[in-house]
Amino acid sequence: MAPPPPPGTSVFRHRLATRVWHWINAVALFVLVGSGLGISNAHPRLYWGVYGANWDPAWLELPHFPGWLTIPGSYNLAMSRRWHLFFALVLAFALLAYMIASLVNRHFRRDLALRRGELSPAHLAEDVRDHLAFRFHDRDDPGRYNTLQKLSYVLVVFVLLPLVIATGLALSPGMNAAWPWLLDLFGGRQSARSIHFLTMAALVGFTVVHLALVILAGTRNEVRSMLTGRWRVPREPAA
Amino acid sequence: MIVRRRGLLGLGLASGGGLLLAGCDRIAADPTARAILFKGEDMQRGLQRALTDRDALAPEFRADQRSPFFRPNGTRDPGTPEYGRLAEGRFADWRLAVGGLVTRPLSLSLADLGSLPQRAQITRHDCVEGWSAIGKWQGPRLGDVLRVAGLRDAARYLVFRCADRYGGAPYYESIDLRDAFHPQTILAWALNDRFLPIANGAPCRLRVERQLGYKHAKYLMSVEAVASLDGVGKGRGGYWEDNVDYDWYAGI
Repeated sequence: MAPPPPPGTSVFRHRLATRVWHWINAVALFVLVGSGLGISNAHPRLYWGVYGANWDPAWLELPHFPGWLTIPGSYNLAMSRRWHLFFALVLAFALLAYMIASLVNRHFRRDLALRRGELSPAHLAEDVRDHLAFRFHDRDDPGRYNTLQKLSYVLVVFVLLPLVIATGLALSPGMNAAWPWLLDLFGGRQSARSIHFLTMAALVGFTVVHLALVILAGTRNEVRSMLTGRWRVPREPAA
Repeated sequence: MIVRRRGLLGLGLASGGGLLLAGCDRIAADPTARAILFKGEDMQRGLQRALTDRDALAPEFRADQRSPFFRPNGTRDPGTPEYGRLAEGRFADWRLAVGGLVTRPLSLSLADLGSLPQRAQITRHDCVEGWSAIGKWQGPRLGDVLRVAGLRDAARYLVFRCADRYGGAPYYESIDLRDAFHPQTILAWALNDRFLPIANGAPCRLRVERQLGYKHAKYLMSVEAVASLDGVGKGRGGYWEDNVDYDWYAGI
């Protein structure tokens, strides 16, 4: 095994497909959340089941999202939908292309696949302690993703994004005729709408933590590595 | 110091996000960007129709899955003197004009609609706002009515004009032949085994089950077959499409 690169060394960390997808996905999620909150304002009530309207019991009454959180900035359901439905295609096809590219360039296998022992309680506890001490990188192989990082990326790429796309499709009356099984999978259109919203909230939660960790790990280095692919091994607190 | 810089960075990210959101409104004001954004509708329609069998049915439900109360929306009562007179006579004098590019223009009473072969279906009505209501609808298939009227070859769209008025003009909607001849596309005169209530579009409304609620024109007065939507209204195929940028294809 090669000796670990010392702090300050520049290593190639992110392949082109990963970088391109990252930024397309960032823009798409940003627009989809903003326009989605605008759509939510049209009927801010969530239901479980096949139907749900004003006289039916809602499990959650959402607040009115203010203009500085929505696209467009003033209530316009038609334009929110235009933004949302265009960028839904961007999100879905970009994810598909990224998944194919990451199988071909072995990004999934090399960087995201969990290795033996990574899920053991002892290892996870150590990973949590490292995070709390702001130690994010493996001294022996600093370019590697740590376990919590892998788990959160796997959750986003293979669970949350596919789920938000599938529940979005289940809201379409045209797709309900084409793929009725999708609707049954989520237990009806209003359930799909609720799950769509909850999945969005989880993606926003991921993004907040992700941005916080980018800042903690060194904004300039992290952003540059996602632009150029090159990342400098940071100096981190000792174990 | 580092903490402070990080705090500032966070602040910068948050305000940057706000600027980006505002930037989206600027983008949407640019005609080219807007045209690209609006192409999303054509892409969604193309994809959906490529994935969907021509006659794929919207889901139908059991009687016990119906909404306890079917929410009316849009106009609850057209309120015009003409409509008032029709409603007073329990729509005995109401006639649905079927015209345009047809070989035999028709004028159909409620009894005429009832004497054609009927289709009853318990389907879900999805409002563009996000809510859904399930009800049982009954009426003749639009396709059967069009076969009686004899659609001319040049016909591409069906335009539905309504008794309710928006900004002085009648509400209208339009669909293409693919939806017009879909087995679930009916001229519904009954909701949940009773005559259509005024709030839900009496005496007759369109059901076009694979699209959103605003396509299901209420208070129908005429059906016109046309070759193009250019000369109709402002040319975008419906009241909401003309005036507030709703998609003409509302399958999503």
